[in-house]
Amino acid sequence: MAGSNLNNTHNPPLWLLAELTYSCPLQCPYCSNPMDIASYKDELSTDDWLRVLREARKMGATQLGFSGGEPLVRKDLENLIKESRDLGYYTNLITSGVGMDGERIAAFKEAGLDHIQVSFQASDEELNNFIAGTDSFQHKLEMARQVKIQGYPMVLCFVLHRQNTDQIKDIIELAIALEADYLELATTQYYGWAKHNQEQLLPTKEQIIAAEKVAHEYQEKMKGKMRIFYVVPDYFEDRPKPCMNGWGNIFLTITPDGTALPCHSARIIPGLELPNVNDHSIDWIWNDSPDFKKFRGYEWMKEPCRSCDEKEKDFGGCRCQALMLTGDASNTDPVCSKSPNHGKLVEDIRRIEANAKQNIIEKPLVFRNMRASKKLITSTGS
Amino acid sequence: MNKDSIPSIAPLFRFQWEEAQQCYVVLYPEGMVKLSPSAGEIMKLVNAADSVNTIIQTLSDLFDGADVGDDVVAFFTEAESNGWIQLK
Repeated sequence: MAGSNLNNTHNPPLWLLAELTYSCPLQCPYCSNPMDIASYKDELSTDDWLRVLREARKMGATQLGFSGGEPLVRKDLENLIKESRDLGYYTNLITSGVGMDGERIAAFKEAGLDHIQVSFQASDEELNNFIAGTDSFQHKLEMARQVKIQGYPMVLCFVLHRQNTDQIKDIIELAIALEADYLELATTQYYGWAKHNQEQLLPTKEQIIAAEKVAHEYQEKMKGKMRIFYVVPDYFEDRPKPCMNGWGNIFLTITPDGTALPCHSARIIPGLELPNVNDHSIDWIWNDSPDFKKFRGYEWMKEPCRSCDEKEKDFGGCRCQALMLTGDASNTDPVCSKSPNHGKLVEDIRRIEANAKQNIIEKPLVFRNMRASKKLITSTGS
Repeated sequence: MNKDSIPSIAPLFRFQWEEAQQCYVVLYPEGMVKLSPSAGEIMKLVNAADSVNTIIQTLSDLFDGADVGDDVVAFFTEAESNGWIQLK
């Protein structure tokens, strides 16, 4: 164990998210990548990644997620998987399935990949391809089948939002038809592109209540056959999610250019120094960098979090959400009903809902691609 | 539980020693459980070949004839319900 850990009370980074690239053949408008993806052209080399993986593993990281963008775009993925598995990581591939074929899945298996999660955009071809911005549905079905054929349990992920939440029954039936072992019904989180497109993505309360009912019925019905995970969007709750299980507590993201972040969205928080693995060791970044200390523990908290008896449960919620909705990342996440800004969030949701019911579209849906990113960078001057 | 059944680690789950944590863990998609030392000793013997009875006997021999039967059965019952192991 690294010497500097002995004097600290915090955990080592248990979860390493390796965002290998921002390139992606899909254009999902709910993508959580930053909107200025076009500004980051540099990607870490294979050797850089191997060094990052070795250093984090030595500190105690066990879970490793290969993500992106679309991680399949990286030609060295097989190599990175093999090295990671040899280091003792539990390796998760989080993918759209586009860029994969039976042969490549076999190569991943050979390299020791533990788990593949394939995402879908909808239960029918038309909506799936519209949301993904590419004709990918049939290929995804084939990849889901291939994953199973090659001896992996099938883990499917559907990201839910206003446009597909009403399909939940068909989505679950599709998962059953594909003989999925796990089904993740992931609610859109409003970061990056999703935040930009929120007016068109946020489901209505009625949609959520109906979807929740269907999800719970199937959870009961499929007990022992398929595990279904369903989480209500936090905007509709009155307590915040324990985001990242606390800042700098277990989670470490490395972006394609080597920037180390306490969460994949943290780049938006002003005042961070954004340490890069090209300049610093993972040990220094995790234990000594100002960024990872900034919201670690409870000292940084303001009221109502500071004196709250639930702070150890939810860590004050999400720093990025606090920033986006209140202008200050050290405020209480306004999802919390104890936050003085909670009323404003509720009002916002009501306004979006009212617009949704009348089909008022204030902004067009912006698909996530480099062209749109460049345009947004130019228009905001950032 | 049928003590002649043979436990094996379920697909998707992995059991290993973690040097940094100084404990055995069970790993699964996007998660990890730290095992107590006794749970670790039991899991070490899961090899898809030995029966529950054999594992009980091996552990008993290892710990000077201690009566570990109930503990092993209780652990396997929990491990099976968590999906870590399969009994065949």
